[in-house]
Amino acid sequence: MTSVPSSAPAPLRDLSKLGRPKSVSARSTRERIIVGTLAVAATFSILVTTTIILVLATETIGFFEFPDVSIREFFTGLEWNPLLGSEKHFGIWPLVCGTLLVTAIAASFALPVGLIAAIYLSEYASPRVRATLKPALEVLAGIPTVVYGFFALTIITPFLQKQVNPLLAGFGSADSPVAFGNYNALSAGLATGIMILPIVCSLSEDALRAVPRSLRDGAFALGGTRFDVSVKVVVPAALSGIVAAFLLAISRAIGETMIVALAAGGVAQITANPAAEVQTMTAYMVQIFLGDAPATGVEYKSSYAVASTLFVITLVITMIGQWVLRRFREEYD
Amino acid sequence: MAKARSGAARLLQDRAFLLTCLVATNVAVVVLFVLLASIFWQGWDTLSWKFVTSFASRKPSEAGILAPLMGSIWVCSICGIVALPLGVGTAIYLEEFAKRSTFTRIIQTNIMNLAGVPSIVYGILGLTAFARMFGTFGTNVEDSISVGNEESLFFLRLPFGSSVLAGGLTLMLVILPVVIISTQEALRAVPSSLRAGAMALGATRWQTVWGITLPAAIPGIMTGAILSMSRAIGESAPLLVLGGLLLVFNTPTNLMSDFAILPLQIYNWAQRPQDEFHYIAASAIIIQLVVLLVFNGIAIFIRQKLQKPLQ
Repeated sequence: MTSVPSSAPAPLRDLSKLGRPKSVSARSTRERIIVGTLAVAATFSILVTTTIILVLATETIGFFEFPDVSIREFFTGLEWNPLLGSEKHFGIWPLVCGTLLVTAIAASFALPVGLIAAIYLSEYASPRVRATLKPALEVLAGIPTVVYGFFALTIITPFLQKQVNPLLAGFGSADSPVAFGNYNALSAGLATGIMILPIVCSLSEDALRAVPRSLRDGAFALGGTRFDVSVKVVVPAALSGIVAAFLLAISRAIGETMIVALAAGGVAQITANPAAEVQTMTAYMVQIFLGDAPATGVEYKSSYAVASTLFVITLVITMIGQWVLRRFREEYD
Repeated sequence: MAKARSGAARLLQDRAFLLTCLVATNVAVVVLFVLLASIFWQGWDTLSWKFVTSFASRKPSEAGILAPLMGSIWVCSICGIVALPLGVGTAIYLEEFAKRSTFTRIIQTNIMNLAGVPSIVYGILGLTAFARMFGTFGTNVEDSISVGNEESLFFLRLPFGSSVLAGGLTLMLVILPVVIISTQEALRAVPSSLRAGAMALGATRWQTVWGITLPAAIPGIMTGAILSMSRAIGESAPLLVLGGLLLVFNTPTNLMSDFAILPLQIYNWAQRPQDEFHYIAASAIIIQLVVLLVFNGIAIFIRQKLQKPLQ
């Protein structure tokens, strides 16, 4: 025991002479290289955004330099027929209206159904019911959009033609009767609605479940029914998350391509008639990129102008969604 | 305040709402059922081993999906090989190293914005950046620079054209924000006490990340990675912009091969008017759904078996 105090400092001195297995400076050099690499990876996303904006901007400017195109007509024109006829018209509104019609149909189906299903899953359902319903929703979320397009084309549209067309026989005039054709906005809209339903449902459910239990307990203690608690307390408390989920779903619907390319048709027109054939912005881009328009021609370049419009619209919606989340988030501790 | 209502009326309202809830939830389940049932009903008869192992054909009875199936595998592998390290690296940097500065806030906002960009726009980016390389190497095929033998595995050509490599990189752009966001969530779920413990033992920040945080977050990262890969398999709009609808009669042999992918083959058949093509489209959808179910099944398995609660 007496030898311990005298021998204890020795190993320390030996260690400092031998050097540590890895010096602090070597470790920090390695560390710096790794962190530097990671930082470069992180800046890649900025590069992606910059390139998207640059590509869209240059090509769109190139489009507006064509003699038969004017910026004024593009933003105010009510006619879009770049491919047919001797006189070409490039007014974006028919494509925007087609997109809005399909999106509105999708939203009016998916937003209420998705929110109510989310309330049910979060506030009412037993763990066992949740355990079966959640995977079903995840499967729906994973189905490729082209499958929804196929579903719209081969199931929804024939259903509308067989079941709904007879009921519509009295509407419209004799030469333009209201009837569902092989391509129509309703079929594409419903399929898009089915596609965004799981997004609405699972994101709203996340927002609802983030509301602390104490709020529910308080509301129950005041004598509220389950309806009072979930609709008048939990939903308002989670409103920012729900609105953000709605906006995300709407921006998905606007950017959806394969469903509308398959089921909505190819006539760019301004209409609110769900039985009509419409062309959306994305469907027009598909038509151009699948077609044989020369890559330097005005028709081809017009797809970039449409893409820019689509990009700006979805970007604005995404940013509003983030702003809502930041600005109206209720913090509970 | 609204007028106080009787208890009976409020209970009735409660019952009515529960009924609405059940209806809404069942709509989702019924839709899923009808969707799957109709596809199986249309596509089951034409599904066979020959269908999986033959190439495209003008006759629906002889057509198969070998080329698109292999194309999907090639494209998605390239996509995963690039997107996963890049996305996970970005997430690690943002969550574990970056200081809360304006720069990191810009990156974070930017990633959220990228996640909202329609996939067809990424197709345009891929077409310009990867397939044509901004026109740096000219616009004709003859102007392109190639390295190596066209038959070999390591053949490279600049610009990439509508090749497997360009397709994979384009899909990578689409799923990158998804990978980053899901990895960030997985890293955030690791309790900070674990990090503090490692740091207190003298570990550097990278040692903490590599030895402690990443292993703890692996199940979450894997789940996110698999779900983003299943998104990549189903994604078709960007590749439609990139390469159009190609009828391909061979499987890819190197990174510069032309390719077809399964969802675009489905689109190709679905848009035709004849019912026979719709049936084989449905058969191809069944194959696609089987691949997806396997992916989702693995994700669910990992989530349930590997995710141990961290205390």
